[in-house]
Amino acid sequence: MEPLNSLTAHELLALLKAKKIQPSDIQQSIISQIKDCDQHIKAYVHFHEPVKAAFNLEEGTCPLPIAVKDNMCVNGEETTCCSKILKGFHPPYDATVIARLKKAGSVMSGHTNMDEFAFGSSTENSCYGPTRNPWNLDYVVGGSSGGSAAAVAADEAVWALGSDTGGSIRQPASFCGVVGVKPTYGRVSRYGLIAFASSLDQIGPITKDVTDAALLLKIIAGHDERDSTSADVPVPDYQQSLINDVKNLRLGIPKEYFIDGLDPEVKIAMEEAINLLRSKGAMIQEVSLPHTEYCVVTYYIVATAEASSNLARYDGVRYGLRQRPEKTRKSNIIDMFEETRAHGFGPEVKRRIMLGTYSLSSGYYDAYYLRGQKVRTLIKNDFDKVFTECDAVLTPTSPTAAFKIGERTHDPLSMYLSDICTISANLAGIPAISIPCGFSKKGLPLGLQIMTKPYAEEMMFRVAYTYEQNTPWHKEKPKISFGKNNHG
Amino acid sequence: MINQETVKNIADLARLHLETAELQRLTKELENILDYVKKLEKLDVSQTQPTTHVLSLKNVFREDRVQPSLGRDLALKTAVAKHDSSFKVPQVIE
Repeated sequence: MEPLNSLTAHELLALLKAKKIQPSDIQQSIISQIKDCDQHIKAYVHFHEPVKAAFNLEEGTCPLPIAVKDNMCVNGEETTCCSKILKGFHPPYDATVIARLKKAGSVMSGHTNMDEFAFGSSTENSCYGPTRNPWNLDYVVGGSSGGSAAAVAADEAVWALGSDTGGSIRQPASFCGVVGVKPTYGRVSRYGLIAFASSLDQIGPITKDVTDAALLLKIIAGHDERDSTSADVPVPDYQQSLINDVKNLRLGIPKEYFIDGLDPEVKIAMEEAINLLRSKGAMIQEVSLPHTEYCVVTYYIVATAEASSNLARYDGVRYGLRQRPEKTRKSNIIDMFEETRAHGFGPEVKRRIMLGTYSLSSGYYDAYYLRGQKVRTLIKNDFDKVFTECDAVLTPTSPTAAFKIGERTHDPLSMYLSDICTISANLAGIPAISIPCGFSKKGLPLGLQIMTKPYAEEMMFRVAYTYEQNTPWHKEKPKISFGKNNHG
Repeated sequence: MINQETVKNIADLARLHLETAELQRLTKELENILDYVKKLEKLDVSQTQPTTHVLSLKNVFREDRVQPSLGRDLALKTAVAKHDSSFKVPQVIE
């Protein structure tokens, strides 16, 4: 048998049900892989004490370890958003997603690396340093949920949670060759998720295949009165939507996603994916999302404005870092705020707080934030119209494969543009999945994105599952050459 | 279109203490980003409503009843400095 840590969650659950393995066997296998690999990959930033009491397999429960992005509160476990300003913060409560996982019997293997406050597309903006791509250590893992994607890709986790504000689940899933889902806005409670941009943030699964993504979403989704934006809409059994059939489904290809800046290798992989789904009976049609070129700029206005407001809470009073000015300078409470924030936040966080504060400030509000929210309406209207014409929309997840570590850190705009294909789903509030769809010549994974209308995750899973079941990509594993593999 | 003085003002609003070098760098970076943001001006949005909620959310109401919440001791556990049952901060009124 292959090592347990390399199996999917649904394979492990089947073995558990057949009583061929114990939950503790899985935990051991994961811990062993972490010991071998994580010093090179650096997917995790804090490890948690395994909660042994939770390892009781009961009917309908899910006693598997899960890796969690460092922006979701776990009671008593350090949660920092990979920022100096939150170092040492041990939340006194569980996020709703964590509470639901614990109720299902899960344990947290640890918190994973991310761009500070989820501001970034490469996990290079972490105060703990970058995570390295398991497929090639010189390359980024994407971001901001890069640690979660790398942990799953390197078999250091059975599955993981990420959060997605502009592509932060899907883009790293694409760069690491795993599956990532951003659910419909409101599908999953954000209570206990450290807020970035509240009109865009969603928590979602990062997994080894589509079946696992459907399984994990079912556990975490659903209404929560602690998050007033969570939708009071019944959660279907997503396993029922795993149908290997796309006959007569109308799949739209938005022409605006296939122009400048798209890597030729990505274009070829997309064409092959489209041909495969056509050969399975899908009706492929070109569609238009005319405001696509405004997505990135709209996002950076709306997201930074909301972030500047959300991050106002880091003031050195109730938790996290407190920094006092040097003795030579005057020192009152305002000085303490300013000094704490100056020391606690990294450069990208300061840049976004500044841009957001600017676009919300008197005299600029109408030209920036308000205009951004109006353009957002146009972007959303584009999708409303397209989903009257087709059942799902297919695009690349990112215009390129992973880039080299350090390659884009000095040019914020080029970094922002790596999210060009994923941002629209957040602005429109719709669900989207990234699944592996091939490799670049350098051997780096590529991702296919499937978007559907709000609450149509079942359609999204069906198209993704059909593609996955007819391609070999999700079975490919990075050849991790360092360390000894002495388990299994 | 954006000068160092404006950036300094914004930093004050955001309660960020910036060193001179940082101020200069941010001025340049924000200038580049705002230049890119100009793109938004190309669109006519005079007839468009801004998005407030992306999906049709109704007002969320609940009964106003007392429920258990985080105890004071637990809430204060994460405090940088505390005094009795309060968060302790530097002098506020001079």
